[in-house]
Amino acid sequence: MNESDAFSHPDAKARLFDGPDASAATRSALALTWADPPGWLGALAAINHKTIARRFIATTFTFFLLAGVLALVMRLQLARPGNRIVSPDTYDALFTMHGTTMMFLFAVPVMQAVAAYLIPLMVGARSIAFPRMNAYAYWVFLFGCLTLYGAALLGAAPQAGWFSYVPLAGPNYGLGKGPDIWAQMITFTELSALLEAVVLITTILKMRAPGMSLNRMPLFAWATLVTQFMVIFAMPSIMFASTALILDRLVGTQFYNPSLGGDVLLWQHLFWFFGHPEVYLIFIPALGFISSILPTFARRPIFGYTAIVLALIATAFLAFGLWVHHMFATSVPALGKSFFTAASVMIAVPSGIQIYCWIATLITGRLNVKTPLLFVLAFFFILVLGGMTGIMLGAVPLDVQLHDTYFVVAHLHYVLLGGAVFPLFGALYYWFPKISGRMLDEGLGRWHFWLFFIGFNVAFFPMHLLGLQGMPRRVWTYSSGMGWSDLNLLSSIGAATIAVSIVLFLVNVVRARWRGEPAGRDPWGGATLEWSTPSPPPPHNFDAIPVVHGRDPLWDPPGTPAYVSGLAADAREVLVTTALDAVPDLRPLFPVPSIWPFVSAVATTVLFIGSIFTPWAIVWGSVPVVAALTAWFWPTRRQNAQALALERRP
Amino acid sequence: MSTGTSADGRSGPAQPRTPTRSTLPHSASTATAADTIDVRDLPSFGFSSRSLMWWATAGLMLIEGTVFALGVAVYFYLRDVNASWPLGTPVPDWRWGTLNTAILIASMVPNEIVKRAAQRQNLGASRAWLVVCLAFAMAFLAVRGIEFAALNVMWYGNAYGSIVWFLLGLHTTHLITDTIDTAVLAALLYFGPLEHKRFVDVSENALYWYFVVLSWLPIYAVIYLAPRFHP
Repeated sequence: MNESDAFSHPDAKARLFDGPDASAATRSALALTWADPPGWLGALAAINHKTIARRFIATTFTFFLLAGVLALVMRLQLARPGNRIVSPDTYDALFTMHGTTMMFLFAVPVMQAVAAYLIPLMVGARSIAFPRMNAYAYWVFLFGCLTLYGAALLGAAPQAGWFSYVPLAGPNYGLGKGPDIWAQMITFTELSALLEAVVLITTILKMRAPGMSLNRMPLFAWATLVTQFMVIFAMPSIMFASTALILDRLVGTQFYNPSLGGDVLLWQHLFWFFGHPEVYLIFIPALGFISSILPTFARRPIFGYTAIVLALIATAFLAFGLWVHHMFATSVPALGKSFFTAASVMIAVPSGIQIYCWIATLITGRLNVKTPLLFVLAFFFILVLGGMTGIMLGAVPLDVQLHDTYFVVAHLHYVLLGGAVFPLFGALYYWFPKISGRMLDEGLGRWHFWLFFIGFNVAFFPMHLLGLQGMPRRVWTYSSGMGWSDLNLLSSIGAATIAVSIVLFLVNVVRARWRGEPAGRDPWGGATLEWSTPSPPPPHNFDAIPVVHGRDPLWDPPGTPAYVSGLAADAREVLVTTALDAVPDLRPLFPVPSIWPFVSAVATTVLFIGSIFTPWAIVWGSVPVVAALTAWFWPTRRQNAQALALERRP
Repeated sequence: MSTGTSADGRSGPAQPRTPTRSTLPHSASTATAADTIDVRDLPSFGFSSRSLMWWATAGLMLIEGTVFALGVAVYFYLRDVNASWPLGTPVPDWRWGTLNTAILIASMVPNEIVKRAAQRQNLGASRAWLVVCLAFAMAFLAVRGIEFAALNVMWYGNAYGSIVWFLLGLHTTHLITDTIDTAVLAALLYFGPLEHKRFVDVSENALYWYFVVLSWLPIYAVIYLAPRFHP
């Protein structure tokens, strides 16, 4: 066989190359090259990381709103003693759907979604790594969300709580399809999250602009990197647990059946080995937001960059040593409980280091108090309160007393909203101008902030007291003689206030898109690379890839060389650099938009949903998945011709 | 062209450069006259950790390695909470599993050959040895079918049966996916439009096979040895 025929060389046309002084024609060629195709078919084939991430953020926010509505119904039911607005079964479905949605469909994925938008811009790349896999991960996530809510609308909502404990969710007590739907929702969302983790890690380690060595990387990129490694080690545990659950229910395995050698606590171990790190999957990206927002509004570089990076890594390690503190009320050995108490208290150390660095940044800076900064300052207040109750719950005797009361509900909302949602809103106010090209209104933003902040404390602070008074969580109602009525009413008023603040936020977003003030490249005077490109960024992100000479590229004195040149403008060439020092290494050709990630996600959905009804779906359902993935991989002649024309062997 | 390192490299029209910028063979870190880093002469692909594919494969191996580790942990957790093990069922027949382990270890030879052929960018050798690897995978899968039958317990019998089937099923899933992977890659090398970066795919495919082989050894020990030793 004549092997030279295998790599045939078609005629290559003269190419356009990018660079800082490229012509207008080159820049429009770049935009055309990296744009998503038009039309509805093009929308399904889109792979630009900004397109996918915008959809991802919008989807997670939609489910945030839905879960918020569920919470409002619960607060309405609990506002008065003896209410009969919803039935006990409906109430079970409400809190299960609320918790499941907030944790699995909002809090973890929204952090990955924001990262998928920002990371390529922050590290100076034209694209995210594996853009098609990124699109596939989004579609799988969307279909997982739709599966859960579609089933709920059809009357098969899960009712066993967001951690779906066995035996309640097992074959003997979890009647109907609800627990199976819950288990497969896990499979969808965690598959998506794991793929997204690989995408983000590769982008951060291999696609940074030249000169951005690890010790110059923006802290948000560090936080994202650390978080994605946590995803890789934590998420398999919940996938394992939920797969074993669905196997117990569908094909009669005995993992959680004590009468045949199984164990119900096995579920709790597997769930919380994921579930506790999950809190930090939400929290650490938020720390990254704070470390991005604070320097801009304190108008000085961050204090203690190295200490913050080390604290992030330490937090990630310690987060895996805490899971048993969710199980202090079970029969785990006392020595184990002591260990996990110590670890739970120890995690305050790296958190304290970061808070110290942030306060130092604030005190020594010249503050520019805008809405993003307000949300960050609220973080300090709320998280410290949540952290205090965390230390209380970390002590075994107190935890046993307060387990399953509203004290825990108060604690977890202080930690999750204070630790993640407040910084997330700060991040949205901060980066919305970059994403949309328009400013959010500052006045409406302050109204949103104060109503949210006050409403939050009014809603959740009374829950501490209710818990101390013995009100158990997840009760659908209570009698007027318990003395819980006033605090519950107060809490419901707080919830309504939060709802008003969120409506104001939505009004602000709609208003900004309609007639917001144009943002320009850098409305806040930020230091990181995303502010060097127009708002919204062009499809190719940067006309010329910047070269980085310090930690704050937009504040540091300009260095030479300032830019990269020589990437093709009429093909999707990107620059790959070395993992540690970001030295230019390769210029691979990235894939073009394709419908196959979408088709593959549809096939995957058929497999996952089919497997709820028959285990044979794993067999016949995998045929279309394999076919779609093969079609995704197989190069077309045209792509091949372009690749050969640009190819250069090492 | 008998050497197999194909065709001419880059004598096509893409080679001549615009005269205004100096071109820097193999060194991208020097500034040009226009004060930029000119990267047009960088290679378009590279092997091992230079390649993005390597990082994706490494990520998958980390994820799946974690799943395997969890499976082993669950096995010993269940053994620990039960008074007897393997819960009164007969221990698995070790012969088929051991035969399969031998096949897997032997498969590392063609796997290493194809990896080296890919790194030399030798198309003929890559094609041929990929087919040999595929034959090994098929042989392994056939014996794997018998292995399930020789476990001497059903997945619904008790928790021991459940975890043993789960571990063996999990590993078999990896085998099937990598077999399909190898088959598609071999088909592409024979029939598809080719470019040299496919050699990176072949090389990463071989790396993944090493993972499938080496992750089997602890699972083999758990399934076949652990029930035979009593603490």
